[in-house]
Formats: sequence, structure tokens, C-alpha cells
Amino acid sequence: MKFLTEYRDPTVAARYLEEIKKAVTRPWTIMEVCGGQTHSLVKNGILNLLPKEINMVHGPGCPVCVTPVSLIDKAIYLAEEKGVILGSFGDMLRVPGSGKSLLEAKAAGADIRILYSPLEAVKLAEQHPDREVVFFAVGFETTAPANALSVLHAEKMGLSNYSILASHVRVPPAIRAVMDDPESRIEAFLAAGHVCTIMGTGEYGPLVEEYGIPMVVTGFEPIDLLQGILMTVKQLEAGEAKLENQYTRMVRPAGNANAMDAIFQVFEITDRSWRGMGEIPASGYRVREPYAAYDATRKFMVNIAEAPENPECISGAIMKGLAKPLDCPNFGTKCKPETPLGAPMVSSEGACAAYYNFSGLLAEMDA
Amino acid sequence: MTKMNLQCPMPKLDFDTINLGHGSGGKLTNQLLDSGVFSVLKNDLLDQRHDGAILELSGKTAFTTDSFVISPVFFPGGDIGELAVNGTVNDLAMCGAIPRYLSLAFILEEGLPMTEFWDILVSIRNACAAAGVSVVTGDTKVVERGKGDKVFVNTTGVGTVHPKAEIDIRRIMPGDKIIVSGQLAAHGMAIMSVREGLEFESQIVSDTQPLNHLVKDLLDEFGNNIKLLRDPTRGGVGTALNEMARDRDLGVHLEQRALPIDPQVAGACELLGLDPLYVANEGLFLAVVSGAAAGAMVGAMQRTDTGRHARIIGEFTDQHPKKVVMTSGIGGQRIVNMLIGEQLPRIC
Repeated sequence: MKFLTEYRDPTVAARYLEEIKKAVTRPWTIMEVCGGQTHSLVKNGILNLLPKEINMVHGPGCPVCVTPVSLIDKAIYLAEEKGVILGSFGDMLRVPGSGKSLLEAKAAGADIRILYSPLEAVKLAEQHPDREVVFFAVGFETTAPANALSVLHAEKMGLSNYSILASHVRVPPAIRAVMDDPESRIEAFLAAGHVCTIMGTGEYGPLVEEYGIPMVVTGFEPIDLLQGILMTVKQLEAGEAKLENQYTRMVRPAGNANAMDAIFQVFEITDRSWRGMGEIPASGYRVREPYAAYDATRKFMVNIAEAPENPECISGAIMKGLAKPLDCPNFGTKCKPETPLGAPMVSSEGACAAYYNFSGLLAEMDA
Repeated sequence: MTKMNLQCPMPKLDFDTINLGHGSGGKLTNQLLDSGVFSVLKNDLLDQRHDGAILELSGKTAFTTDSFVISPVFFPGGDIGELAVNGTVNDLAMCGAIPRYLSLAFILEEGLPMTEFWDILVSIRNACAAAGVSVVTGDTKVVERGKGDKVFVNTTGVGTVHPKAEIDIRRIMPGDKIIVSGQLAAHGMAIMSVREGLEFESQIVSDTQPLNHLVKDLLDEFGNNIKLLRDPTRGGVGTALNEMARDRDLGVHLEQRALPIDPQVAGACELLGLDPLYVANEGLFLAVVSGAAAGAMVGAMQRTDTGRHARIIGEFTDQHPKKVVMTSGIGGQRIVNMLIGEQLPRIC
């Protein structure tokens, strides 16, 4: 398949691995920010192919994982108590709220629909003028343009029964939070290619300078990741700290102007609480005042108390790169995809899910 | 095999939708059966219209049942009727049997357009003809609107076990090869492409087809070299292989590069973030075959239409018992776990 098979070529992969092995002279700790990258690393068996000196730690770039418990509770409340049609991305459904998950609410009769695009939710609002339709707008900067467009689209169509429950988060403040943790041992970052496709790379240069760490904007295919790791290792070994772009086929330094216009027409930057990581300043988007009618939180006056997180889940430490899934005493025993203690075990971008589904047992086998 | 598509015009009827009376057992039921089921699915045994069918069977007999609740009822490449015949026919074939007779039970939802029911019946007739089986007994019930989803179908089947068949998981040994007879994930992705809220444009069609003719030919030629047959429907190839590894207490080693997947299906899976190893199939099977016979058997399969995409995708090993380990496209290793919960809403 064009643009896929060439980035999964075993010969090219072997060549990059060889170059990485040649370049490495000492241990390095590198964080891949995005959960999609974590999954690709694990699913393609790359972690086991890398030289032992390279310690990949897994970042907070899993939007489902960082969505606060209270927001899931809000979504369930809207579906159960307000009788709305709640549209959601599929992998949000298994994430535990304080009482139950969206999947359990759906089984109990709430009208919750798995959608692949917020525009499908707008279509539902058009088809059901007698019902309120709410889209659970979760995601990083990557999904923000589509969610913003759904609001603009609903406005253009004159739909008054559509709104979004927004839980948008931004990558750069999360990198800052990770680096500011006194226990952090991270020496370089693979920045998230898709986020930079939208936002460009402008926000990352200052982080490189401030923290003196190499950062390489990297894609998601095996060859992308190997090349990104090689570029990072070369910088580390040379004692450099630069912003580089591996994912040039997608990422332009200025980003996608149309997408950013849509985001900032509908959203503004706000402080936000991250599941497992707490409050991070300026780390999220909220709906701007002129579009308040499309903001489910304001529209339905939802007032749900902050819910405590499960104290047995170490997702915060995992997303800050301070621990790995196998360090968790509950991994694979008390916490499994069927009975998750936290979101990373059930999100399609969660590090625990990646280990559980693709490699956790490999480690067990090696032992 | 080319799919039979015999058209058959619906006769003029006094009703154009199914109502509760059609399940009452009285005159309306008889009308529905006379003008629908019996007129389409004619055969000597069914025509006796007895409470059950009296069958002549000898030797080892395979027996299986399956229910079909697929939504939408008509989907690219097939419909619930064809699926219900092929599903049970294939389950019998996986027992190493020659499918013979089916029962057919409908649960219809009040309000179902008669034209749709008719199309399903014609499709069932065509699928039976293609597979070489007869519907010999059945049942029709009607439930109130909202208590069903247009139509649910159950089929039960019996078949005569092939004299050379020795399908038994306990005979699998390390070194035995795993063959897949066709391209993965087409059925599940065809359903996805038309599901409300997920629709996407594609030419992907379900792979639903009867596998019994190919299986019979393979048993004729390769006999007890074939140790296990399994059609990986719900849960996909990944789940079926995990069940085999667990039940035989051996490991399975898979080669990702060997998995046959249509590029369009692979693209749709990428787009939606689904793993083709867990997507449902309705027209392919996994065969576990002695290492010595595997090459010849896959060659024989590739010379048929049903098996033209057949490939050896892996083998059983005494390493890592009960686990399926796959060598990825770039040479790394990963676990292939059993599918947990649903990857999608109902797909078969």
C-alpha cells in the first residue's frame, strides 16, 4: 500500500537498527510523547530490537487516558439523565468513570453511539431534531479541528440541538509538566508527528532551548520511529539539543493554517486537569463564549463533582515516564482490559494496553 | 466459484409487510408459509410439511447450530439469508463433514417488508443450491415491532463426516503448519463500511461463501494430514489461533508478512484503527496440516477459486505454550492476544 508498505520495509528497518547500534555508546532515556507511537513501537516489536542502552519511556499523549474521571461521569450523566444521544469515539467507551463506563451505561439503556467523526454527530442532530445530540470531543490538537468544524457546521445549518462536551488537551504544556517533575530522567523527546502536522513546530523550539533537550518530530510507522530514534541518538551522542523534523512528508514548520483557524475560532486556551497528572496550566481548550450554545457543559449546566482517581492506578507515573506498565503491581493481575483500574489499560493509545496486548507476556516469556 | 444469483420475482400477495398474525400459527401463518417459505425452498422432505423431517443418515454424523443477528440485514457482498446457510454449512465442513440438511428458523420483526423477506428467502435458496444442502424443517415466529431487528435467523445442520477425516486437535504436533484459505477481514470491514455512523465509501464486499466443496476436495486428497479446521468468524484469525494454542497447550508462531489481506481492506483497517487479525471472516478457514503435506496442500488450494489466496501463515511450536507470537513485518516480535470484548458492534 502506498505510503505504508515502504515504511514497514524489513531491509530498511534492519539498516536503521544497525546505525542506531553503531551510534550508541551509553544509556539514554527517550520519551515518545504520543500513545500512537507507543503502540507502534510495541506492536511492531521495535522495543525488543533496539539496543539495550536505549530506554524508551512512554509519554502522556493518550487523550483517552488523560480525560478526567469527572468528565466521563458528565458524559454518562448527559446520556442517562438528560436523555441526549451521546456520540463518542469508540475507545472512550471502556474507560472507567467513578461509577461505571460509557459501555456499561450503554448496556443499561443510555443512547450512546460509537462514531468515527464529529460530523457524523452533526448528521445525527439533523436527523433527530427532537433530540439533543452531544459529541464527546476528546483529543489533542489533532482532533480539535474536526471538533471545531462540527460546531461551525452545526451553526451554519442552524442546528440548536447539537453541542460538544469538550476535553481537549495540548501537548507542549504536557511536555513541560513531564520535564518539571523533579524525578524526571528524560533526556530527549520524540514529538508527536500528527499534532505537529496541525500545529507546526513553532511551540517546540522554545522547549528545546529551555530544557536543553533534543526533540525530533516523528511519525508512526516502524521506519519513521527508527529514523526518529536514530536522529535523537545522534544528537544525544554529539551533546546537541536541536529541534529536528523526521516526519517531513506530513509536518510543515508552520502547520496547517486552516485547521488552526478553525480551532481558534471555536476554542480558547485554558487550564485543564489531566487524569493521573493533575492540573496543568494552559494545557487545554475550552469553547469560546460566542459558541457557548454549543458547549454541553454550559448548555446543560452540568455540575458533577471532581471524582477521585483509583489510588491503585499508577497511570500518572507511567505518563510522566517515571514508571513503565510492568512496574505496576496490578498489571495483568488486578488490572486487565476486562477489569481496568485506569484508562491506559483500555485506550487504544494507552501504554498499559499496548504492553498487555502485544508485549507484556513476551517479557514474561523472556524471564 | 462464482456466486449464484438467481432472480425470482415475488408473487402478488394480500399483504406487503409482516404482522403479528403471521406468527399466530393460523391462517395468516399458512399464507406466509405457502406463498413464501414453501414456494421458494421446495424439496421432497420440506414439501411433506410435517412437524419435523425424517432423515436417512449413516456413519459418523456432524451436527451444529448457529444464529444470525447481523445488522444491516443486506450488506455489500451478501445478506443474512446467505450468511445463515454458509455459516452452518461451514461449521459442518470444519468438522470434516459433507453438509446435508439444514433446519431454518426465523424470528421476524413486525413491519418487515415482505419484499425483503422474499429476497432473503431467495438468497437462502441460492446459497443452499451452491452448497448442495436442503432446508428440510423450520419455524417462523413474529415479534412486536421494536423487539427484534428486522429478522433473526437460526440454522441447524447435519452432515456426514468424510471417511478420511480425522479432525482432532489432540493430533496437532509441533512443526504442523497453519494455512489460511483466503484474505483476512473482508466480512467485518464490509459490514463496518455500511454501519450507521461509520459509513465509508469502499468496494469491500463480504467474503461469505460455502467452504464445503474445497474442504471435501482437500480431504479426498490429503486425508488425515489435515488435523484441524476452523472458520475464524467473530474474533477473527487472532482469536481462533489463541483458542487452538490454549486448547492444544502448544505455541503458535505467525509471520505477519505471510498474512493475505486485500490492500483495500488493509487500508480501511488502518484508517479505523482496527487489527485485521481480530476482524470477522465468513468465507475462509484455517487448516492445521502436517508439515510434510502443507506445501502441496496450499498449492492445491491456490488452484481453486475459493482458495486462490491461500497461504501458509505460521506453525505450531513447543516454545511459548498457549501463546501466539507473531514476527512483525520488520522482524520484531509481538504477542497476538485473544480479542477482549468487542472490537465493533454486532457483526455477524
